[in-house]
Amino acid sequence: MALLDMTATELAAAIKEGKTTAVDALNEVFERIEAKEDTYHCYVTIDKEGALKQAEAVQRQIESGELSGALAGVPVAIKDNMCIKGMLTTCSSKILGNFVPTYSAEAVINLQKAGAVIIGKTNMDEFAMGSTTETSAFGATKNPWNTDCVPGGSSGGSAAAIAAGECFYALGSDTGGSIRQPAAYCGIVGMKPTYGLVSRYGLIAYGSSLDQIGPMSQDVTDCAAILQTIASHDAKDSTSVSTQDTDYMSALEEDVKGLRIGIPKDYFGEGLDEDVKSAVLHASEILREKGAIVEEFNLSLVDYAIPTYYTIAAAEASSNLERFDGIKYGYRTKDFNGLHNMYKKTRSEGFGEEVKRRIMLGSFVLSSGYYDAYYLKALKVKALIKKAFDDAFSKYDIILGPVAPTTAPQLGSSLSDPIKMYLGDIYTIAVNLAGLPAISLPCGKDRNGLPIGLQLIGDCFTEKKLLRTAYTYEKARGAFGKAMEQTGKAAALPEKEGM
Amino acid sequence: MANIITDETIDYVSILAKLELSPEEKEQAKRDMGRMLDYIDKLGELDTENVEAMSHVFPVNNVFREDVVSNSDIREELLSNAPAQKDGMFMVPRTFD
Repeated sequence: MALLDMTATELAAAIKEGKTTAVDALNEVFERIEAKEDTYHCYVTIDKEGALKQAEAVQRQIESGELSGALAGVPVAIKDNMCIKGMLTTCSSKILGNFVPTYSAEAVINLQKAGAVIIGKTNMDEFAMGSTTETSAFGATKNPWNTDCVPGGSSGGSAAAIAAGECFYALGSDTGGSIRQPAAYCGIVGMKPTYGLVSRYGLIAYGSSLDQIGPMSQDVTDCAAILQTIASHDAKDSTSVSTQDTDYMSALEEDVKGLRIGIPKDYFGEGLDEDVKSAVLHASEILREKGAIVEEFNLSLVDYAIPTYYTIAAAEASSNLERFDGIKYGYRTKDFNGLHNMYKKTRSEGFGEEVKRRIMLGSFVLSSGYYDAYYLKALKVKALIKKAFDDAFSKYDIILGPVAPTTAPQLGSSLSDPIKMYLGDIYTIAVNLAGLPAISLPCGKDRNGLPIGLQLIGDCFTEKKLLRTAYTYEKARGAFGKAMEQTGKAAALPEKEGM
Repeated sequence: MANIITDETIDYVSILAKLELSPEEKEQAKRDMGRMLDYIDKLGELDTENVEAMSHVFPVNNVFREDVVSNSDIREELLSNAPAQKDGMFMVPRTFD
């Protein structure tokens, strides 16, 4: 088997058995990057020299028996909103275009301790605000399944890098679907863990009550191995929770007998693409055949999740992004007249359009006179949405539905109409509001050969049940195939109708 | 409700947001924010009279720790990211006349 055809855990096993080395694996990844990166643009920063040194050091530790984990020696890509000491970390924004952190994110440190070899930092929507990776200040990433299409976002660089074989696995972050949706568009696995399961220390904040770091991988087994490695209680993140039971790989069993799966009827209404609908429903049939009890139900409040989310996320973003002031780090405008003018010009020149749009909206909903009508109202609706999920999980173990209403849209077709773009988040966003874990995995392809994502949502801290269900489905589905096999062969897409 | 977004609102919000918008950007912001708020007004359909606002999904308490210094002196490293520095300090524009 060629090294690049291996999953992360298969590669780690092969290195451990002496069949290959961390250095050989890294060199193959760099060959792929050299061949494909100009086309796909998955990365903002590539640290070839540093990665080679890491690979050599990790290889020695594997040979001496010091390192033996399920990911030891495997090259990984990190989304560019996670700090890595000494490595450029930009959030794909001009305002952080020259920022070199003095410390690393806890999730990254956990990976490094497990022998990860960090290739570099992946492209994203600026400050994770977007659904296409087109709001990046450093140019768009292209979908390896069809380079006329977006990879999704905001973790689009991470998803595309996996689909293109430019890394073996990656970390992403998910505030309203930013791991799950690009995973769906790129035909890979992505998981948003329960809020608090993975430390947010060193993750550059967007909407702090919603942000969560999670695994992006080639299959469910890798996903479990990554989650097991990055989940940890961290005193440096006061919302981090302490969980004892993080042996996620033990959940990889083919067993859904008696599992109660609920399908929200309100996730299958207007706007859902027919191909997506039939692929997702087919996946539910497969789980039923495997012994799960599958029922339809009304989740309710689905249409209220997007306005609630954009109010809360924009409010938190406007507060979180106050720190970018041109004083301590990052960009500072060249010509200014006094302190306040410097702040305003720095921020206006440093932030892109979508970021400014959300900062303005957030500042407004938090402003005196409108706080109760907008921000407080949204926090109350959030409580209602949480309650709707609590009710659902009193009847069901897992909620099953689509990740996104369509497959990957064409480049350049989304940004002109923000509300239309936000509507694409309808199935992912409520999960963040309710703090729940959810996984996205490939369940078919549409008429144009683009991947379709299946979303499984669990109650808080039921990651094992989610992984077991996803694993059972994945085994029944069989191999999904890789984007790189289709490169150059995929036919040009016909013009897509509006959503 | 979009009619609440006047030129004055945009000017006021840009002061809060510390953003300087060009005339075109202001017009765009007025349109975008108006549309977004019209959309958010949908939440008004729900009766939340007796609902408590939820800022955090789990019952969390204050997290306390001893007030001890745990970080080392990395002044030079931190300053190396600053747009301007002088004598081991961040350099800022004149604030008082």
